[in-house]
Amino acid sequence: MAPHKTTPDGDGDDTMQDIDDMQVDSVVTDEKIAVKNEDEEELEHMFDDDLDMVDGSSAYKNSGGKTNAAAISDILSASPSDPEVMLQFYSRLFPWRQLFRWLNHSELPSTDFANREFAFTLHNEAYLRYQCYPTFETLRRDVLKLNPSRFEIGPVYSARPRDRKQLPKGSFKPLEKELVFDIDLTDYDEIRTCCSKTKICIKCWQFVTMAIKVVDVALRDDFGFEHILWVYSGRRGAHAWVCDKKARKLDDAKRRAIAAYFEVVKGGSQSGKKVNLDRPLHPHIRRSHDILRDDFKRNILEDQDPFRTEKQSERLLQLLPDRQLNDALREKWDSTIERSSSDKWKDIDSLAESGASKTVIPKVLLEHKQDIILEYTYPRLDAEVSKHLNHLLKSPFVVHPGTGKVCVPIDVSKVDEFDPDDVPTVVQLLKEIDQWKNPVKKEEDGDNTTSRVSDIEKTSLKPYHDLFSRFVQRLLNAEKPLQIKVEDTKY
Amino acid sequence: MLGREAIRKQRRDRRKENLGNKASTTEKDTGLPYPHRLNFYDTPPKDEVSLEEFEQWAIDRLRVLGEIETCLFRNNTTPEIDATLRKLLDKYLPLNSNLSIPDSERSPRRFAGLTSERKKDHYSHFILRLAFARTEDLRTRFTRTETILFRHRFTTDDTTERAEFMNSLELNSETVGSDEKAELAEELKAVLISGSKMPAEKARQLFEQEQYLKVEWERVSNLVESRKVFLRKGNAYVPNSMLLSLVMAEFTKRLDDSLIKTARALPRLDEDDRLIPILNHLSKGFTAPEYNSSASPGALGGDAITAAQIDGLSANFPLCMKNLHTAVRRDKHLRHFGRLQYGLFLKGIGLTIDEALLFWRQAFSKFTDDQFNKEYRYNIRHTYGLQGAGRNYKPFSCQQILMDHPPGTGESHGCPYRHFSVENLTLAMSALMGVEDRSVVSGVKQDVAAKKYHLACNRVFEHLHEKELKREKDAGGGGGGGGGGGGRETIIHPNEYFDRSWSLKNPGKKGENTNGGATQIKDEDVTMS
Repeated sequence: MAPHKTTPDGDGDDTMQDIDDMQVDSVVTDEKIAVKNEDEEELEHMFDDDLDMVDGSSAYKNSGGKTNAAAISDILSASPSDPEVMLQFYSRLFPWRQLFRWLNHSELPSTDFANREFAFTLHNEAYLRYQCYPTFETLRRDVLKLNPSRFEIGPVYSARPRDRKQLPKGSFKPLEKELVFDIDLTDYDEIRTCCSKTKICIKCWQFVTMAIKVVDVALRDDFGFEHILWVYSGRRGAHAWVCDKKARKLDDAKRRAIAAYFEVVKGGSQSGKKVNLDRPLHPHIRRSHDILRDDFKRNILEDQDPFRTEKQSERLLQLLPDRQLNDALREKWDSTIERSSSDKWKDIDSLAESGASKTVIPKVLLEHKQDIILEYTYPRLDAEVSKHLNHLLKSPFVVHPGTGKVCVPIDVSKVDEFDPDDVPTVVQLLKEIDQWKNPVKKEEDGDNTTSRVSDIEKTSLKPYHDLFSRFVQRLLNAEKPLQIKVEDTKY
Repeated sequence: MLGREAIRKQRRDRRKENLGNKASTTEKDTGLPYPHRLNFYDTPPKDEVSLEEFEQWAIDRLRVLGEIETCLFRNNTTPEIDATLRKLLDKYLPLNSNLSIPDSERSPRRFAGLTSERKKDHYSHFILRLAFARTEDLRTRFTRTETILFRHRFTTDDTTERAEFMNSLELNSETVGSDEKAELAEELKAVLISGSKMPAEKARQLFEQEQYLKVEWERVSNLVESRKVFLRKGNAYVPNSMLLSLVMAEFTKRLDDSLIKTARALPRLDEDDRLIPILNHLSKGFTAPEYNSSASPGALGGDAITAAQIDGLSANFPLCMKNLHTAVRRDKHLRHFGRLQYGLFLKGIGLTIDEALLFWRQAFSKFTDDQFNKEYRYNIRHTYGLQGAGRNYKPFSCQQILMDHPPGTGESHGCPYRHFSVENLTLAMSALMGVEDRSVVSGVKQDVAAKKYHLACNRVFEHLHEKELKREKDAGGGGGGGGGGGGRETIIHPNEYFDRSWSLKNPGKKGENTNGGATQIKDEDVTMS
């Protein structure tokens, strides 16, 4: 009995519903599969460096023969989810080839890619599951044809997902998928004061930053994983893709174990104190606490100021262990107007040391303060996403339909510098292409030089693309350490 | 003997299937077929058994497993389960230690008694494998109960015998040297004594005595799950005192793997009609304690339940559902598992899909029609099996609600007795159920502290239906208890709570489903004839 497997929460806007194949399945006909099979010829293109940066003019023929410049200025004012905008983005900016290398784990097409499920959300909200492609070119072609508003990546199956109905029962099953994590600010709504719902600012983004730091170090030092890709989810969260071979092969029970290992903040809206840990702390929690302690002062006490009002500070008192101390604190806070959260936090220790309570035990107080720090800073992961091998997750580099922002990778070594406000929107990127071209034309440098510059390089997507390429290259090196590497001029 | 041919045939087939397996490792130089009391069940049986033995042995083992499962539903603690098992095993599946025979007298002849006990244990395990390999649900439950049986025997085994047995398993692990142990002392010690509140000196001694094994973390994922081991670069540091976990995990893993292999081989089992009926019958005797209230309209006294009635009917809901109902009215929304738990419950009490869509549409009043249709309609239809895989999902039992998906932040599902803090539980009992009676509240608190969540819920039920239960008792049993035996058994399903509550409060309006216990919670004794 596992209904959760087929219907995760429809509330999170980033995680994808792992629902069964829907009525729209028939959109993709079997004829199309037949066409796909002729794509063996694509093999030879595999080593063309710029295939994922196909020159816009040729790709654009698909959509009606307008010229480039006209098309771009037409759509600059359009909304990010405009189908026309998306088509431009897919044909000119999406890093198809790197996506292929990332999922294929080798330069030569293999079942790692061919048996991988893709799922498209079309502009009419129809949801197409179990799509699969032998190479990135066929994937790209289909995306340009269907023009989905976004797409998800699922597991590698034991056979081609499209063929699942022809196979004997039980022989079609998911084999591998990256271990994934989903951090979403909705899970922080009760403790963030700056924004709510879908809104986000740099202050509450710090919750995500803190989560990334804690999860990343644990995945590396505790579990020994190395290839961890962090991706901005386009609005108010981030995803992690753990791509190590060992991680991809984990079954559901092991994924569940990892998810539980990370779970510290427990309980629903009625649970009271949400962090209750045994002492001494497990080394993972200890390390997390040490990482988060300073962030708590800055990001929580100063920026979120979560204990300022009387009602809010009552919540803080609920989490503290000693009644006499609480009475003393309450008295102090009632008599002074507007003490900030930082002040109140300091008051706890200063009053405890001044002997305001005869019953307070310093060790217990310290432990409760640690618990509070963790309750306000420790990662709140959407565990369901991590627990299941067959959970689909939005692909990196797709565009978030609500914000128009590209789901770019996050450089974990500079995670403190990441600001979702800096992430380019698709409209902005197309504008950048447009504006880049003009000065070159004026110099009359001849067409050759212009056409050699790929579209990505004209935009602020370039650094993210390079980050992804480097990640993929490291992954490929690790997968086949003895293989002679294909010369890749892009780096 | 009538069954001989069949058995022989089956053995032949099994033997063929197992040809690829390596030769038995259990048969050591002792010349005994079963040198150890414990068995990892790596090697399938090869000898013939009579059809009577085949059936009787399986039934005996099934009794034991059934009782284990009942203990699990009652949330019994390990010592409680051990106590139950001790008696039961003596009767149905005795397994005596080698020590019961003095060293000097050891010979295959003297071991005959032990051997036949062990043979029965061995064979009955494999017979039940055949019966329970067929569905995922049965496999999961078989593995879970078998693992507990194994744990019981492992922990009661003699230390030297256990060590011999461990050696025969050949687990891949590496001993942690004293240098490494010293280097990681702080971390290892923290994990070792975590939560034990022992004084520093005792902790130091304990740590000094402890030896560590280093294994890949995947092999002890259950210890990782509960953060009971220290992890470094993919390795788990397992103290000797936790070897049990390691062995159990290995036992579960091997059993899981072989059950899947058995399941795959089953259709190819060239079997005549003798064993299959027995096997089918056996697996039925192990049915889940699910509560089959009729999910058809007109469940209550012949009237179809409508969306509009739910507010009224919620007076008969258990706390978990009352809480969800209150939450959906208050927030105009429920998150996924809340919708699932509550939606399936409503389906169970007889809400049709049309009424369900109406109910949820009205309840989620802060959403537009468009949003509702896009986000939730599919989901609701899915729970009725009308979308997607077309599975007809059953309402969650208490067991599932307690174990499967503990509520996260902002979620209202789960079991309040388990997932609420004591303060909030007291508040909720008073606000939602009107329970303020001191003795009941303190009883509930005790139950909750002892992790007897069912008892807490039943206590509240009995309190709220005190008058009716008394009346029913005075009238001479019958009533809500139906044929299920007295109406005093523990409620282990929210829908059962509702049905019993409704029929107690509305005597004389008995509809199809209101014969409560008769819809069978669990056949406690495996009835085989």
